Amino acid sequence: MIGALLWRDVRLATRAGGCAALALAFFAAVATLVPLGIGTDLKLLARVAAGVLWVAAVLAALLSLDRLFQADFEDGSLDLIALSPLPLETVSAVKIGAHWLTTGLPLTILSPLLGTMFGLPMTATWMLALSLLIGTPPVSALGAIGAGLTLSVRRGGLILPLLVLPLLAPAVIFGAGAVQEMLDGLPGGALFFLAAFSLAATLLSPFAAAAAVRLNLAG
Amino acid sequence: MASMFALANPKRFMDASAQVLPWLAGTASLVLVVGFFLGFVAPPDYQQGDTVKIMFLHVPAAWTAMMAYGLMALTSLFSLVWRHPLADVAAKSAAPLGAVFTVLGLVTGSLWGRPMWGTYWVWDARLTSFLLLLFLYLGYIALWNAIDDEVRAARAASILALVGAVNLPIIEFSVNWHTLHQGESIVRADGPQIATVFLWPLGLTALGYTLLFFVLWTIRIRTEILERRARSMMLGEPT
Amino acid sequence: MSGLLNMGGYAAFVWPAYGVTVLGLGVAIALTLRAYARAKGRLAALEKP
Repeated sequence: MIGALLWRDVRLATRAGGCAALALAFFAAVATLVPLGIGTDLKLLARVAAGVLWVAAVLAALLSLDRLFQADFEDGSLDLIALSPLPLETVSAVKIGAHWLTTGLPLTILSPLLGTMFGLPMTATWMLALSLLIGTPPVSALGAIGAGLTLSVRRGGLILPLLVLPLLAPAVIFGAGAVQEMLDGLPGGALFFLAAFSLAATLLSPFAAAAAVRLNLAG
Repeated sequence: MASMFALANPKRFMDASAQVLPWLAGTASLVLVVGFFLGFVAPPDYQQGDTVKIMFLHVPAAWTAMMAYGLMALTSLFSLVWRHPLADVAAKSAAPLGAVFTVLGLVTGSLWGRPMWGTYWVWDARLTSFLLLLFLYLGYIALWNAIDDEVRAARAASILALVGAVNLPIIEFSVNWHTLHQGESIVRADGPQIATVFLWPLGLTALGYTLLFFVLWTIRIRTEILERRARSMMLGEPT
Repeated sequence: MSGLLNMGGYAAFVWPAYGVTVLGLGVAIALTLRAYARAKGRLAALEKP
């Protein structure tokens, strides 16, 4: 049941015109615009790479978040899923997982290429990928809360970033910080804090997201 | 606790608050006037000179902004757990006030920082986390405005306020970590210790801001109750 | 007196800080009271048949 739901959501996201490819293209396009804006000095680009790519990745992941529950809500399948024996918390966790598999994970896989184009040394490039691997699940998880809260809002995609972005500050700080530590050769525990934040956010968010979905289904 | 639940009845809240409000407002104005006066005539600090006067505006605003978020989260919890309409109203009414105090804290902090740091804005821990706090307030207000159904809006906003309250300490920690890690030497604006001449005006303005917040909060809650009463009358009398 | 106006050379920061505070609190108080008066008025108009 859980597997079927996960597989369904992943298939919906990856079929032609799905959000996975769009998020990747957005990520790459933003990363291309930055050197055009701030100049092509590779030393400078390497300094800002971690922050820029992290912010771009977060924005790319947010792009498709408003559809997380919306599509199922509109065609009524969310009501059917809510009636199933599966608790809404589990459903939320599965949807978060599917979202991460189709945005966070592809973004992570693409990031070493972009890191190299920004002049990051090899070690920092791998650290960027590792920090995105650890740090993108809370983007999907906290984003799911925002998606649930804005479920009944027309054009909820407009206020969703305002709700979610401040909550994601720790992910950006620790994620980009881990890469910066690698660049400076000064280990400071950023990756550890990132993992702690990721774990806590990913474990707790399904409950808040389920509560948010539930209030939109009732009545 | 029992008295709190008794107050949770809108009718009783209206009666009790009507009794308390004049006294509360009077005390708030008195404390604020005395505090502002003492702050205004306080001698210049040996390090910060006359900019120390900004402290009596910045610190109380910042404190009240945080307290307002705490109260908003607390009343949101009440609203979610006990489904009480007065708690909804209280949480909703606190948000715009909290946002105002946050903006005041940010602007005065920036004006304080300019002579101390040499620029109007430094990404130091306090200013940055207050900026994020402002976004949390704005998101909360935006969510209230975006959902038409009152009950749904209240519940959604309550969940958001609680998620924000859980996240705020983590945000604070990460921002602190970030600024320490940057390794810039930032002059701590509040200084290591505060001389006693500054303690009185600081304490009084902080108390005055707190009281002012409670006065405005109470009036806003009363306003919302009256408006809901008017709305239900209009719906109940289909003339 | 000129010392107060001058604020020990920090007049450009101390006075705007006071100004912003008075303005911000004043607007908050004014808006709150206006909304309160309006709500009272609306309810009074409804209760009077």
